[in-house]
Amino acid sequence: MKEILSGNEAIARGAYEAGVKVACAYPGTPSTEILENTTRYQEIDSSWATNEKVALEVGIGASFVGARSLVTMKHVGVNVAADPLFTLSYTGVNGGLLLICADDPELHSSQNEQDSRNYAKFAKIPMLEPADSQECLEFTKLAYEISERHDTPVMLRTTTRISHSKSVVTLGERVATVAEPKLARNAAKFVMLPGNARGRHYVVEDRITTLSKEGCSMPINRMELRDKKIGVITAGISYQHVREALPEASVLKLGMVHPLPFDLIREFASKVDKLYVVEELDAFIEDQVKAIGIPVTGKEIISLCGELTPGRVRKAFGLPENAQGTAEKLPGRPPNMCPGCPHRGVFYTLKQLNAYVSGDIGCYTLGFMPPLSAMDTCVCMGASIGMATGAAKVLSPEERKKVVAVIGDSTFLHTGVNGLMDMVYNKGAATVIILDNRITAMTGRQENPGSGHTLMNEPTNAIDFPMLCKAIGVKNIRTINPLDLDECRKVISEEMERPETSVIITDKPCVLIKKEGVFTPGKPLAVVEDSCTGCRACLKIGCPAIEWVPSSGKKGKAKIDPLLCNGCDVCRQLCKFSAIQEAK
Amino acid sequence: MSDKITNILLVGVGGQGILLAAEILSETFMLAGFDVKKSEIHGMSQRGGSVVSHVRYGKEVFSPMVPEGEGDILFGFELMESYRYLPLLKPGGTVIVNDLCIAPPAVLLGQEPYPEGLELKIQELCPDCLLVDGQNLAIQAGNARAANTVLLGAVSKRLDIEEKFWLEAIEKMVPKKALAVNLKAFALGRSLG
Repeated sequence: MKEILSGNEAIARGAYEAGVKVACAYPGTPSTEILENTTRYQEIDSSWATNEKVALEVGIGASFVGARSLVTMKHVGVNVAADPLFTLSYTGVNGGLLLICADDPELHSSQNEQDSRNYAKFAKIPMLEPADSQECLEFTKLAYEISERHDTPVMLRTTTRISHSKSVVTLGERVATVAEPKLARNAAKFVMLPGNARGRHYVVEDRITTLSKEGCSMPINRMELRDKKIGVITAGISYQHVREALPEASVLKLGMVHPLPFDLIREFASKVDKLYVVEELDAFIEDQVKAIGIPVTGKEIISLCGELTPGRVRKAFGLPENAQGTAEKLPGRPPNMCPGCPHRGVFYTLKQLNAYVSGDIGCYTLGFMPPLSAMDTCVCMGASIGMATGAAKVLSPEERKKVVAVIGDSTFLHTGVNGLMDMVYNKGAATVIILDNRITAMTGRQENPGSGHTLMNEPTNAIDFPMLCKAIGVKNIRTINPLDLDECRKVISEEMERPETSVIITDKPCVLIKKEGVFTPGKPLAVVEDSCTGCRACLKIGCPAIEWVPSSGKKGKAKIDPLLCNGCDVCRQLCKFSAIQEAK
Repeated sequence: MSDKITNILLVGVGGQGILLAAEILSETFMLAGFDVKKSEIHGMSQRGGSVVSHVRYGKEVFSPMVPEGEGDILFGFELMESYRYLPLLKPGGTVIVNDLCIAPPAVLLGQEPYPEGLELKIQELCPDCLLVDGQNLAIQAGNARAANTVLLGAVSKRLDIEEKFWLEAIEKMVPKKALAVNLKAFALGRSLG
């Protein structure tokens, strides 16, 4: 049967067909939809973990007792999971274990564009790289065979254009021959004390040598010989752009990018006049080809930054570009917090209080955007609290009061909670605001341990944030309604004055939660035209439902779009002239 | 089947139903027997950001992205976004655009004006341009949110694909309770093409 699937959907299908029993992940664009799609198969136990390290540990546990397991994450998630990953390379597996890492060249929704192929080399494990959805499905199945045959975890790397592009896929059946999991004790293999690990290091090195040789005859590494003047070594989405831009060129398409099949590369190089490597981000293949003494052109013509497109490949090879520019500069259209978003009032207040906001990763990072402009730092998930601790350690008492860490519920549980433990235990002094909107909103509303529902949609125990903070040792814990500006201002300014750790928890759900009874919109508001003086106070919160109409009245007037307004009431509180009221 | 690839770009603002329209297009082409690839970036898009989706079909499609300057049809859900992505269209390409302005943040705040006369500018650059009053036609069909299907109907007239494949794709992709309205919206759009 044929279906049009995204790369992520195809990986989920591949995992099903491969007989996977456990799938675990922390959501991260562009990887998120893989786990959302494994839930379609009852045979797979799918769950969101609190972070990528935990997700991998769940996968490892299932593998060690014999089940095939799938763990997915975005590229920066691999940084979090790196600790167990590097030792997993030494233990190897029992049931096959596949780690999907989804890279984001061009930083469509990420804080850096690191190239995860380096992780495969660093951790000394094989990495496959599919070039379309069909390969996503097939490579996923192949990964489990490689994993079990070579006693190794396998990484499969996608990029945004593979994860989120759709193409036609032929589906297969689930394998029936996978062994039932059962407890299997093998301490010499699975307990990585130095004495055991020393011996395993030799196994790891041998495995890479063997795989490099085996790679030369793997069908997923294939030579496509056409015109011999140009030969291009490429993989993943870059292969598609090369075929598009240089249809006559000979290509060595690599399906396994680590370890590289060096003998096959030598053979290909000998068949073509001039050799190129076309790859996104790092000179990963290029450097290794050069290291075995084969001259090759790569990053001289292709940028180390950003994703490739057919046009960028054409340009690199000196071919004419077809795009015709329009010279005019248009207003940009960046993303914005939703109308009625519970974060807006908090950021407005922080701006008013001139707080130094140590920020974190999530929708609320958009608090950085004008007109709120209320975020001063953002590095990685969970870093806000630790960074606030560090800043408060060195500032004068007067400046220290300004330091406020802002973190979402999911991010707090991901790695923020460690930072809070450190802040309290080491007598740090800053205000921490947990923006609890009951969901992992930025990646598309995934459940987390604060939501009370699992990925499989079963009700479960929800974390009690005030109790958790109390257990950690926080003495000052307050809960506020973030849509009440007076309350926000009063509570946040009081806590900022305190010379010790305090935690404020906001208590309003994300407006995008569709589950019954969680978010209920208020009545839409409207501007009473005669009362609007054109003072622009309501514009300071940057709500997408409020528009400035310059041509209305002497100074212009504000207008509220009744279709967009969620009736959160924040703008009404800003209007000194009572010009914003419930729409009639 | 010829080797020619047809390149379609769908552009607009997050939340306008662009991704669903792109799904229906892709499904239609697959049902009609073509190789299809579709590409877009989502993640931040539902928060009012600029969205562009690429759909390509033909005998064999490689890149999921329309090569710059090779778009055959630009299918726009909003005027300024349509204008922004015109450089992706080939000279002499077709534009089918919803006659709708959605103000971006800087315009909402009164810091920058929404560019004027975009309909004329688009028509000057692309003589083969159809302006569609998607919103009103959608209301006529029974739901203001069905503007994407109205536009899809208009686009369908420009492509040599049998109507039955379009209808089959819509029935497969649109939720049951919204199906009748969407079929009506599609027919209204198709009568314009």
